[in-house]
Amino acid sequence: MTDTTHSEDILATAAAWRAAGEQVAIATVVETWGSSPRPAGSRLAVTASGRLAGSVSGGCIEGAVADAAKQAMASGAPKLLDFGVSDERAWEVGLSCGGKVKVFVEPLA
Amino acid sequence: MKAETLARLQDERAAQRPVVLLTRLTDGAEHLWPLDAVSDALAEAARAALGSEKAGTVTIDGEPWFIHPHNPPLRIIVVGAVHIAQAMAPMAAPLGFQMIVVDPRRAFATEERLPGVTLNTDWPDDAMAVLKPDARTAVVTLTHDPKLDDPALDAALKSDAFYIGALGSRRTHAKRVARLTELGHGAGAMARIHAPVGLDIEAVTAPEIALSVMAEIVAARRGAALGDPRPLPAPAEGRISIGIPA
Repeated sequence: MTDTTHSEDILATAAAWRAAGEQVAIATVVETWGSSPRPAGSRLAVTASGRLAGSVSGGCIEGAVADAAKQAMASGAPKLLDFGVSDERAWEVGLSCGGKVKVFVEPLA
Repeated sequence: MKAETLARLQDERAAQRPVVLLTRLTDGAEHLWPLDAVSDALAEAARAALGSEKAGTVTIDGEPWFIHPHNPPLRIIVVGAVHIAQAMAPMAAPLGFQMIVVDPRRAFATEERLPGVTLNTDWPDDAMAVLKPDARTAVVTLTHDPKLDDPALDAALKSDAFYIGALGSRRTHAKRVARLTELGHGAGAMARIHAPVGLDIEAVTAPEIALSVMAEIVAARRGAALGDPRPLPAPAEGRISIGIPA
């Protein structure tokens, strides 16, 4: 069963950050294959100032996702990111668990 | 995500209404079901996701949509505003549970002892009639007092509660089984009760027992074998893993 009752309320954190004047983006795991560490629906909130809440992996790809989130905030356009062992970039960012994951990154606008 | 969508989603969640966020992955277009009018195919996907509690991507009319269900929190109904209930309270919310404590003894069931917990000071049979445990509810009795525990267990056994646990030693439980049998519950019902309550981690203190109970509830929720009730013990066995000896 996948988490749908989000104990750590990343959305509430994102809303609070935005209310405090921060620029915020939300990244969501939308598809997984193999042994990806976090199920679809897992969220990471990112601010332009560099604050992070939640997770979309066990820490392997959060850095790359945060970079993409900053780009999404700058451009205003959402982006679908692919991480996996077949992807050389995934090795760079270290998704070494053998799983594959798609992450949707969008500005909170 | 639009700030307006986020606000509406959070309103629905705060009101504990099931809601599904539908996001088109090509451009971020989004809807909330059942609030917004959507195509039949999207509505069907949303309904299915709420039922399975699983988020995922589906292709509808050639477009990828992320279907993200948000069900209200699972509930834990605890009978007995005792020390173990106090220790369970701060663990419940981070694990995704709303905790409700039932105890007609007003000296126990106080906001000061259980901050942030929903308190119900009715008698357990009245409380359970209102709370209506369902398949997304766990029921745990902690009072050691048959007058309070038994009516709650009786109601829980008549419900679809996914977890039923009762504090007390094996000896206490044997007596409890006899009383519940007299109320008309059969062996199948008895086999649903986790007693002694909690995973056997040799818990001694209230926080340790709370941890073992919460772990067992999570195991039951996730379908782990550890979450299955243990078979009724042979009465000769002397060791008491959890609970206060009768």
